[in-house]
Amino acid sequence: MRIASTEKTTHPVLIFWIIAGWVGYALLPWYGVEEFWTFDWLSDGWPSEADYAPALGLVLQGLKPWLLPMLPALAAPLLVVTRRKTDPLYARVLIASGAFGFAWLVAQGLGIGLRGFTADWLAAIFGQLDDRQFGMGYGAMITASAFLFLLTQGLAARGLVKGDVFVASAIGGVIAVVTIFVFFPIAKMLMAGFVSDEGGLSVGHFLNRFFDARIWGLGCLTGGTRCGVAWNSLFLAVLVGIITTALGLAFALVLTRSGFRYKRVLRAMTVLPIITPPFVIGLAIILLFGLSGTVTTTVAGVLGIEATRWVYGLPGILIAQVLAFTPIAFLVLIGVVEGVSPSMEEAAQTLRASRWQTFRTVSLPLMRPGLANAFLLGFIESMADFGNPLVLGGNYDVLSTEIFFAIVGAQYDQSRAAILAIVLLFFTLAAFYLQRFWLGRKSYTTVTGKGDAGVHPPMPRGLAIPVYLIVGGWTAFTAVVYGMILYGSVVELWGVRNNLTFKHYITAFRVSWGENGIRWTGSAWDSFWTTIMISTIAAPLTAAVGLITAYLLTRQDFAGKRSFEFGTMLSFAIPGTVIGVAYILAFNVPPIEITGTGLILVISFIFRNMPVGVRAGIASMSQLDKSLDESSLTLGANSWQTFRRVILPLLRPAILAALVYSFVRAMTAISAVIFLVSARYDMATSYIIGRVENNDYGLAIAYSTALIFVMLAAVGLLQLLVGRTRIGRRTAHSTTTGH
Amino acid sequence: MTRINAKAASVRFENVTKIYGRDVVAVDDITLTVRAGSLVTLLGPSGCGKTTTLRMIAGLEMASRGTILIGDKDVTQLPATDRDVSMVFQSYALFPHMTVLENVSYGLKFSGFNKAETRDRAMAGLDLVGLKDYGGRLPSELSGGQQQRVAVARALVLEPQVLLFDEPLSNLDAKLRRKVREEIREIQQTLGLTVVYVTHDQEEALAVSDEIVVMRNAAIAQVGTPRDLYEAPADAFVADFIGEANLIPVEIVDTDGATATIAMGGYRHALPSRGLPKGPALLAVRPSRLVLSDRGGAGMAARIAKATYVGNRMEYTVETDVGSFFAVNEDVVHPLKPGTDVALGLAESGPVLVPRA
Repeated sequence: MRIASTEKTTHPVLIFWIIAGWVGYALLPWYGVEEFWTFDWLSDGWPSEADYAPALGLVLQGLKPWLLPMLPALAAPLLVVTRRKTDPLYARVLIASGAFGFAWLVAQGLGIGLRGFTADWLAAIFGQLDDRQFGMGYGAMITASAFLFLLTQGLAARGLVKGDVFVASAIGGVIAVVTIFVFFPIAKMLMAGFVSDEGGLSVGHFLNRFFDARIWGLGCLTGGTRCGVAWNSLFLAVLVGIITTALGLAFALVLTRSGFRYKRVLRAMTVLPIITPPFVIGLAIILLFGLSGTVTTTVAGVLGIEATRWVYGLPGILIAQVLAFTPIAFLVLIGVVEGVSPSMEEAAQTLRASRWQTFRTVSLPLMRPGLANAFLLGFIESMADFGNPLVLGGNYDVLSTEIFFAIVGAQYDQSRAAILAIVLLFFTLAAFYLQRFWLGRKSYTTVTGKGDAGVHPPMPRGLAIPVYLIVGGWTAFTAVVYGMILYGSVVELWGVRNNLTFKHYITAFRVSWGENGIRWTGSAWDSFWTTIMISTIAAPLTAAVGLITAYLLTRQDFAGKRSFEFGTMLSFAIPGTVIGVAYILAFNVPPIEITGTGLILVISFIFRNMPVGVRAGIASMSQLDKSLDESSLTLGANSWQTFRRVILPLLRPAILAALVYSFVRAMTAISAVIFLVSARYDMATSYIIGRVENNDYGLAIAYSTALIFVMLAAVGLLQLLVGRTRIGRRTAHSTTTGH
Repeated sequence: MTRINAKAASVRFENVTKIYGRDVVAVDDITLTVRAGSLVTLLGPSGCGKTTTLRMIAGLEMASRGTILIGDKDVTQLPATDRDVSMVFQSYALFPHMTVLENVSYGLKFSGFNKAETRDRAMAGLDLVGLKDYGGRLPSELSGGQQQRVAVARALVLEPQVLLFDEPLSNLDAKLRRKVREEIREIQQTLGLTVVYVTHDQEEALAVSDEIVVMRNAAIAQVGTPRDLYEAPADAFVADFIGEANLIPVEIVDTDGATATIAMGGYRHALPSRGLPKGPALLAVRPSRLVLSDRGGAGMAARIAKATYVGNRMEYTVETDVGSFFAVNEDVVHPLKPGTDVALGLAESGPVLVPRA
């Protein structure tokens, strides 16, 4: 006989969070300690020393009196621990204390900063405050979580999401972290755009700078001065979107609608953008077309003309980005092109359409959403790309690099960086919105789950010949580019001393044996190990947040689910450069003061890559029949037990994929990272960019090559593991089709 | 040896309504009692609210209004986890990553049994459905019928107060269906379980149920024993849904106590009035209760329009002045040819009067 949880008077989860709240408030240091992962504070004056004291200690010493009001909010839940969940008082007390505690904690954190009150009106009401506070630490973090989960348990007891504590807490948790680490920094950045030179907020100032001629100028059309960076970025992104879509389509057609024999080679191309740091292509382009590039010098020699720097600027960025992003378009289009039901094409043929007519009137229209999707992805990627414009930009300024120079260059103009970031965000969000608008309205689903025995007809000949030429040429070019990367890493000094040497690898990765065992003396090791460490920490967290979000989106129904989904997928459309700027603006000051730490890198990766985990999770969870969850529930498991014992085990391949993918993405990321690295936590990519800026191409390319091989190994390992897992449960989805 | 016992309890719905979103009414104000130890079928066309009703008993859907009682306890607000109810799903929903024994033990783990007890009970459950030796297999290594029995065992071992079946036979082929439904009925009767069973197949419902609840448009159309529903349908919908029926518009020309005299065209017939007053009504007649005679006899003038041989009987489409009817006849040796003029009469028992909607 089952005992209903509503009748129980012991609530282990509630007790856990009440204890956690008290531990955070009364034991752990309330304010941030220097390094998140170090524990020097234990022996360094804790618990009485003010820097390391817990909130309760501070209040008892008469310091920081604004921390006092949280005490009753922590005490109140103790009154209801022995009550039933159905008791109205239980829900009311938990909601009240959780909501009040959390709101107060946030309010005091935002209201009181390094120089007393953070806003003039607060000082006007309460008088000047002589005290100040630093960023929140372990204590504040744990107490805040405790308040949040007290609130969600109260709401669950009220009957939210069928009274399910796990689901309510998961929703609350995801909303809280996304708000804090995506919306809060973006809002901070938007605010910064309004800050005038005198420090006040001003709309006029914002409009003035937003419509600056340096951003929107059209001088290049009338001849003379240059165009604004916004137009530069837009023009480039549209070009990249169109070209990558066309190339991606050509590759997809060769793979599905031709007798081409080496399709596996083409498939392998889809792995390239995943394992290649984005700017590495740019480096290879320099080796080929730069002033002393192979092609440039050869052509100049043959034609007897002066070698030029023609590649720096639009042509260079365009070539590099098209190389880097074509595989992404291919990846999107292959699914769509394969998804067009062969029976539709066969039906068209039996209705007397020729191959060309079939392609033009049936196949191509059915691929439209895929084409739109590929274009918009190329557009967004190009807008957000930072590495290639930095390496190859020359005089062609784009938004992402301008943002970087506004904040790290001599200008140090946060307000300008914020405004440029707002322009960039505006473009990508518009593209994101267009994509959803376009795809949301039309249904082109032709895969129905019914057996479809047909085969795709081959391309009409008039199309096949140009497509083959393009694909062949582009594949050869890609091969040359990657070959150049490999070759460039063993040339001593490109164009000057062309002898082969392992010098660069040795400089970067030298290892020597000293008295204390191995010593990593190569110049790259520091950033390499930091990168590995940060990526290793970030990957499981990214996968966890992504999968829980996917679970909520596919398996649960709750009010506001659509906005929840939009909010979580939004960070996909926010370029890394924007995230980088927003993070330094938001997290350089209390209440969350984490710039310069490894933590900020981990957090930025989690929220940059979360949509990848969400998508992987959604894709595989929607393949699991919902009745599996329901039967687990009717068998007496609660939703947490169901998640852990039924859903997670069945998602093992998706989890592995999310893990490796977020690991690899964290290793190749540059755009957000470049703003967030510090001397102590330098990442591989930003180290390489630094080498490039010092014209130390050899080392940069050698390091990049090493990274590519590391990531190739990671992806290969994944393929191996996932492949094996599949074999273990090969018939997992056939439970309903037996006989 | 551990045995599976029943802790059967009754189920009661009091004015229960379920509304999806803002205004999609899936179940509209139904009141219903399932006696402890009985097998009750929810029957109706798709979209009638029968599955929603079942899921509200399980706690997978929450009632928008009204009260649900299991035994004497109000469970309206309880989620599925906390209700003492098990369910067998249409797709069986066996966990593909667990063996048969792990599947059957799954619910026991959350019910506070220790390891030995869990195993004993799971084995007893498998024994009950005749799959004792299959514990170590994966669900994917079983046939559809075996998977179905594992799903039943998994639900049974928890000794639920109520056991729910959601179209459990729809994934089985026709021959297996008859066998499995007999097994389900046998287990239910031996253990004395309370079972609520959803199906859209009227024959299946007639075969297994103590009582059938016919649903239409989110409401209950009629509740009764299989014989009640078949022989005394409350209205034209039930008559047509439970076994096929010809619905003939007739006129009650005279009532005398419990007997009514009806006129169809020029033909008159006397049968129980079932409380209907004089005036227009519908006559529901099963195809097998129409008597065709090509050698005179009582009945309406009619003509055979189509005759189809289906092996064990003849199927006829018959045209009359008041419309065309569907009739079947066991006599396959001397079939009537299309175009034959016949007299169309009614059998002694079978035809019933229902109100004209």
